[in-house]
Amino acid sequence: MLTRLWALVIKEFLALLRDKKSRFVLIGPPLIQLLVFGYAATFDLNHIPYAIYNQDSGFASRELLGRFQGSPAFRQVATITHNAQIAPLINNQNALLVLQIGPNFTRDLLLHHPASVQVIIDGRNSNSATLALNYVNSVILSFDTHWAATHHWGKPPAQLVVRSWFNPNLLSRWFIVPGIVALLTLVVTLLVTGLSVAREREQGTFDQLLVTPLSPLEILLGKALPGFIIGALEGAFIILAGVFWFQVPFIGSILALALGMALFLLAAIGIGLMISSLAVTQQQGLLGVFLFLVPAIILSGFATPIANMPKLVQDLTYINPMRYFLVIVRGVFLEGDGFHELWSQYWPLALIALGSMTAAAWLFRHRMQ
Amino acid sequence: MVDTPLRFSQVSKSFARGKDRVQALSNLDLSLPSGSITGLLGPDGAGKTTLMRLATGLLIPDSGTISVLGADTRRRARQVQAAIGYMPQRFGLYEDLTVQENLDLYADLQGLTPVAAAARQRELLKLTALGPFGARRAGALSGGMKQKLGVACALLRAPQLLLLDEPTVGVDPIARRELWEIIQGLKKQGVTVLMSTAYFDEAERCDEIILLHQGKLLKKDSPAAFHQPLNGRCFLVTQAAMSKRHLRETLQHRPGVQDARILAEGVRVLCRDTRPHAVAGENWQVAAPTFEDAFVDLLGAPKDPDTEITPDSPPTALPTDREAETTVVEVRDLCKFYGKFEAVKGNTFTVRKGQIFGLLGANGAGKTTTFRMLCGLLPASSGTLQIAGVDMRHATAQARGRIGYVAQKFALYGNLSADQNLAFFSAAYGLRGKARQTRLDWARREFQLAYYRHVNVDDLPLGIKQRLALACALLHEPPILFLDEPTSGVDPLARREFWQRINALAEGGVTVLITTHFMDEAEYCDQLVLMSLGEVLAQGSPQEIRDQAKDAAHPEPSMEEAFIHLIQEHESQTRRAS
Repeated sequence: MLTRLWALVIKEFLALLRDKKSRFVLIGPPLIQLLVFGYAATFDLNHIPYAIYNQDSGFASRELLGRFQGSPAFRQVATITHNAQIAPLINNQNALLVLQIGPNFTRDLLLHHPASVQVIIDGRNSNSATLALNYVNSVILSFDTHWAATHHWGKPPAQLVVRSWFNPNLLSRWFIVPGIVALLTLVVTLLVTGLSVAREREQGTFDQLLVTPLSPLEILLGKALPGFIIGALEGAFIILAGVFWFQVPFIGSILALALGMALFLLAAIGIGLMISSLAVTQQQGLLGVFLFLVPAIILSGFATPIANMPKLVQDLTYINPMRYFLVIVRGVFLEGDGFHELWSQYWPLALIALGSMTAAAWLFRHRMQ
Repeated sequence: MVDTPLRFSQVSKSFARGKDRVQALSNLDLSLPSGSITGLLGPDGAGKTTLMRLATGLLIPDSGTISVLGADTRRRARQVQAAIGYMPQRFGLYEDLTVQENLDLYADLQGLTPVAAAARQRELLKLTALGPFGARRAGALSGGMKQKLGVACALLRAPQLLLLDEPTVGVDPIARRELWEIIQGLKKQGVTVLMSTAYFDEAERCDEIILLHQGKLLKKDSPAAFHQPLNGRCFLVTQAAMSKRHLRETLQHRPGVQDARILAEGVRVLCRDTRPHAVAGENWQVAAPTFEDAFVDLLGAPKDPDTEITPDSPPTALPTDREAETTVVEVRDLCKFYGKFEAVKGNTFTVRKGQIFGLLGANGAGKTTTFRMLCGLLPASSGTLQIAGVDMRHATAQARGRIGYVAQKFALYGNLSADQNLAFFSAAYGLRGKARQTRLDWARREFQLAYYRHVNVDDLPLGIKQRLALACALLHEPPILFLDEPTSGVDPLARREFWQRINALAEGGVTVLITTHFMDEAEYCDQLVLMSLGEVLAQGSPQEIRDQAKDAAHPEPSMEEAFIHLIQEHESQTRRAS
C-alpha cells in the first residue's frame, strides 16, 4: 500500500514539475502576487497632492502650512490665488485636496477667536478621501495643541490619547502580508489539486489508473498529498518572506499556525478534488477553481471586514475555510495567539475539512460509476 | 499553364526536440503529375505530415523551394492557401455545431458567396451522402461521417490541389470505400490529390506512390513498378496439420524467408530470392506481389537476431490441454445505455484461455464501451460479465492485478519520460525490489526502449508509444490482456511487429482481447466478434465469419468484404423488420 502510494505521489510531482508551464504556475504567479500585494496593496496614503489657496498673510497660516510641507504624507503641487483655479485642479486630479485659509486667519487666532480652514477634497474615491481627511485633521489637531500651549489658550477639557494595539503605526502591510499567506496557499493548493484528476481524464490515464490494483482511496490520497506538500511549502515560504523581507512581526506560536495551516490545506484540497472529480477537462477544472476562488477571497475578510457585510452574506462566510485561517494567521502574527485562543477557529475549519474531503471521496467514487 | 501542381526542389526541414534537432525532411525532390492521385506512405516519423504542411505553406522549409500551382510557398503563402484544399489528420470540425453549420462556417471562412456556397454544399452533401444528417451535431457523427464532413469542408472551394492527411484512419470499411469513391470522383474533375495513408490496399489504387523513410524519398513510382522486382519472390504457403499462427512463426525463422504474414487463405511468404524454401508437408504456391510486400522489402531491414521477439519469459506456463478449455471471459446479454441511446445491445460471448479474441467494428460500434465494461470502468446496464470468475466492477485489487489494459490512444503520462512511466506502473502493480528491477530491465530490452529511456512520452513517435504502453501493461505479467485499438494510427511495420508480440504472448498462454478496425488484422485472431452499432453481427473463427458472407459474387470473400456484406445484410433485415 505504501509503496504504491509513494509511487503515485512521485508521479504527481514529476507530472507537475517536469512541465515547464506548470512549474511556472507554481512559482511565478505566487511570487508576483507576493510582491504586488506586499508592496502595492496598501491602504496608507503617501505624497497626497494638495494645493494651497492662502488669502491670509499672517504668520499663523505660514506656521500651519509649514506643518503640511514638512510632512512626508503630503506633497504640495500648486499655490493658487483665486477661487476659479480650484475646480480645474480637483477635476483633473492634479490635487486630491485644496486647503483654503481665509484672509482673517492669523487675526482671528490672535484675538482668541475660532478660525476656520476650508478643505475641498476629491470625493470620487471615498476611501482615499476619508483617509486624507483624517491626515489633515491630525495635522490641524497638532497645530491646535501647539498654538494653544504657546498662546495661553489654556488646556482643552478632554484630551484624546490614541494607542493602536498590535499595529502601533497602523501599517497596512502588517494587515495585508499575513492575509497573503492564506490567499496564496489557497490559490496554489486549489490549482494543484483542482487540475490533477481532470488532467488525467483528458490524457486518458485515469482509466489506466483505475484498472491497476490501486484502490480509489489510494488514488485520492495520492492526489491529495502533493497538494498538501506543495501548499505547505508555498505557505511556509510566504510566512518567511513576510517575517524576514517585509518585516512583519511574528509573535505567536509556530505550532499553532502549523495546525491551522494543516486544517486549512485539508479543506482546500477537499474542495480542489471535488472540482477535479466533476470536471471533464482541465479547462473546466480551471474555471471551477476560479468560480470558487473569487467569492472565497471576497467573503473571507482578506480586504474588507466581514462585519461590514449584510447579515445573510455574513452567515455565508461561515462555510468559507479562508475566513477561519485568516483569523488564525493574523492572530499568530500580530496578536501572539496560541492553541488556546484559536480553538474557536480550529474546530469549524476541521469540520469543513472533514466535510470537503468526504464529499471529494464520494464524488470520486460516484463519478467512476 | 503550370506543368505540375506541386513541386518540391531540394527541400529540407528540421525541428527542435529538446536540445537536439530532428531532421524531418532532407533534400527532397518531387513533383506530382497533374490530375492524378498520389499516395504518401512511410513509417511513423518519416515526414509525411511535415511534407503536407510544407505544401500548404503552413511551414516554411529550412532550405529549398516548394511551388504550389506555380506559386512559391515562401513568398506567396496566402495565395497558395487560397488555391488548395487541405484536411489535416484531425480535421477542425466544430463538434457543437451541426453538419450544416460547419459547412456554412467553412464557406464563410473561405469567402464563398452565399449563393455559390449553397450550390456547392448541395453538391458535396450529395457526394458524401451526408444530406440527411444536416441538422445533426458534428460531435454526434460516427468517425467515418466526421471524416467525410472534413473532406467536404476542404472541398468547398473546388480546389485544384487537395491534400489529405490520413483521411481514412479509424474509419469503417464502408465509409472508407465511400471516401475513396469521393476521391476518385475528384480525379475525374481534374483535381490533383495527395493523400497519406496507412492502408496498403489504398496505396494500390493510387496512380503513384511516394515512399518516404526518415525524411528521404525512398521511391516514387506507380504501384506496378513497386511490384515488379518482387515477381516470383512471393508465395502462399498452406500446411494442413499446423495452425496458421504456428506456421507463420516457423516460416519467419526459416533462412531465406524475409517476411511471413497471415492471410485468409494461408501464410504469405516473401523470400529473399525466387526459390521456395519448402519443407515436407507444406504447399507453396507462387503469388502475385502486392504493395505490402514491396513496403516490407524496401523498409523492413533484417532485424538483429537479439531483437527478435521471443517469449523468453512466458507470463504463465504453457497451457495444458485441459487448461486450454477453461473459460476466462464470459459475457451474457450485456447491455449499455447512455441515456436513451443503446450503445451495446445484448451481447453474449465467451473467451477461452490462451485465445486471441478480436472485437472488430468501426468507430462507434460499441467496442470500447464493451471493453470498458469488461475492465470494470463502466457499469453494465444489464447482463452479466465475468473475467476469470469475477465481475471486475467489484473486483479486489488482487483481481485487478490479473489484467493488463492498454487504453485507446495509449494513455501514458505525457510529460514523464519512458522510464518514469515504466517505474510508476511497475509500482502501481505492486512490484518491488529485485523483481521490479528484473521486469523493468525485461521491458526495456524486450520492447527496445533503451534508446528512449529519458525522452518524454509526448515526444515519442506513435509506434514507440504503443510499445511502451504494451510494456507498461505487461510489467506485472497478467494472464489476461485487454488492448483497445492498439494498432490505430500506427505504421504498417510497427503493426506487424506488434502482432508478432501478441502471437508470442498467446503462445505463452496469455488470453488476449483486442479491438481493431483493421479488417486484415482479424486473421490473427482465433475468435472474432463483428460489431456494428452496438450489435454483434457475427462471431466465430475468421474462417467461419468469412463463410457466412459467401455468395455468388464473392466465392472467397476477404474479411473486409465479409464485413461489408454482413453489415449490408443486417441493415436490410432491420429495414424489412421496421
